[in-house]
Amino acid sequence: MDQTNLKASKGMNVHLRRAISYVVLALITVMCLIWFYILFINSTRSHAELTRGFTVLPSTYLMKNFQNVMKGTLPIVSGMKNSVIVSVISAVLCTYFSTMTAYAVHVYDFKLKKFAYTFILAVMMIPTQVTALGFIKLIGDIGLADNLAALYLPSIASPIVFFYMKQYMESTLPLSLIEAARIDGANEFFTFNRICIPLMKPAIAVQAIFTFVSSWNNYFTPALVIKSDAKKTLPILIAQLRSADFLKFDMGQVYVTIAFSIFPVIVVYLLLSKYIVGGVTAGGVKG
Amino acid sequence: MNKSKNNAVIKYNRWGYIFLIPFAVAYIVFQLIPLFTTIYNSFFENYRDGLTQIGPNFVGFENYKALLESGKLLTYTKNTMIMWVMGFVPQIIFSLLLAAWFSDPSLRLKGQRFFKTVIYLPNLIMASAFSMLFFTLFSTVGPINSILVSTGILKESFNFMSHVWSTRILIAFMNFVMWFGNTTILLLAGMLGIDTSLYEAAEVDGANATQIFYRITLPLLKPILLYVMITSLIGGLQMFDVPQILTSGSGDPIGSSMTLIMYLNQHLYSKNYGMGGALSVLLFIITGVLSVVIFKAMGYEKGAKK
Repeated sequence: MDQTNLKASKGMNVHLRRAISYVVLALITVMCLIWFYILFINSTRSHAELTRGFTVLPSTYLMKNFQNVMKGTLPIVSGMKNSVIVSVISAVLCTYFSTMTAYAVHVYDFKLKKFAYTFILAVMMIPTQVTALGFIKLIGDIGLADNLAALYLPSIASPIVFFYMKQYMESTLPLSLIEAARIDGANEFFTFNRICIPLMKPAIAVQAIFTFVSSWNNYFTPALVIKSDAKKTLPILIAQLRSADFLKFDMGQVYVTIAFSIFPVIVVYLLLSKYIVGGVTAGGVKG
Repeated sequence: MNKSKNNAVIKYNRWGYIFLIPFAVAYIVFQLIPLFTTIYNSFFENYRDGLTQIGPNFVGFENYKALLESGKLLTYTKNTMIMWVMGFVPQIIFSLLLAAWFSDPSLRLKGQRFFKTVIYLPNLIMASAFSMLFFTLFSTVGPINSILVSTGILKESFNFMSHVWSTRILIAFMNFVMWFGNTTILLLAGMLGIDTSLYEAAEVDGANATQIFYRITLPLLKPILLYVMITSLIGGLQMFDVPQILTSGSGDPIGSSMTLIMYLNQHLYSKNYGMGGALSVLLFIITGVLSVVIFKAMGYEKGAKK
């Protein structure tokens, strides 16, 4: 009797706790998504409609707002193009060369190996902002000022991506495989490109997405490097939008411009979320 | 025989250096040299006063002295820390709660993948665009004010961006929304790594969920909590995009939302390289010390021996 009572109360407890957690999770979901919902609704409404207050249902001005933005003063099309160029090239350079660096430390045994590994780990946390001053002076000296290359070339050396690749290699790239390739007469470069890279594909995909997104979202460095309108990336245009006399703007256009910068990433994320969420933990923390 | 094999190994191992070249070159050019230039510049007086260029003249530690004595550094450090704490406290509470629920086998929550996808989403959003969105939504003519007024909660629209605490709350809230998903996933990985037999043993001994959480989960989670806290602190020191866009770089009202990196950005824009350099070096030292703490706490050195 006593036993069953205890069980019942415990059962209730679990149900209650489960109910509470679902309610809290639902509220948190709303807190995360409502901003993007409002953004979407407002992008579909005309300036006149927007000044009349908020509605829950979308209107029909999305294309019209979009066309107005295209005709407007902000170079949004070239901004989009520049953002895509910088982010794609960064993702490719970063993942390829980080894998190569990890391969050097993982496969070969050389004098500076331990030093190289420890050094890269030690500098992993240095924020780019603290070297920004020297960076701006340097790109001025080597003729990369106001050049998109100054935004993607530094991604060749990415300590955090290197660390992730090294961790991944330890579990997926057996040294015996490399030796087998050598016996078959493959040279080292061929082995790296044809054996290591295909095996590392899942890790490369995850890091390519992360690099793409962080480069797409980067505002601090591009704002200091890029001066001419034709080379501005999206975050710089957003900042320009903010510093302009805000109330004179067609609000429909403002919302569409923000949507333009945010929604491409959301679409990519929703398509690939399985890999992204899994990839968050794989790099940083070890027990 | 042995010797020739050794030669072959050495021949192969030369490739280790070759494969390190791209990283080494890019790192030295784009990060190491800039770091030294930054440090070098911090010892010079070098700025524009109207149309005249002052310096560069060597001044020793004068820039550091001026920086520490002006009081601005202290104020902006305080601002940065206040907004970081305001974002971090709810972040760690919610993350612990959610991670505990996700990892609790007795709850068997459904739709975990959906919830994880949703809470991680804001982390990938362009911070500057998100901040711009909040600026438009919370402006005096924005939808939030119009909803608050039309439902009768407010009599007239409230100017969020002209009050110290509402501005700080908005910034902290954005940081919270953008980062709690990331923290949840890290903590969840840590919790799932805990040996389940410990929980079973505790349950047999009659411990309830709260006791298990405080007596088993939290102590075993300490290294990861420390990692999360310090990486978040380093991230907090770099707080820039959100307050910069929200306040259009002014850090208003009355400089109360001006962060350290916004201050650095001002010096870089006005080409005051001496002061900018000194500020960079101070930030470098602070993050360096914090990194050493992580390094020790996580035992990364062990990895190097492998």
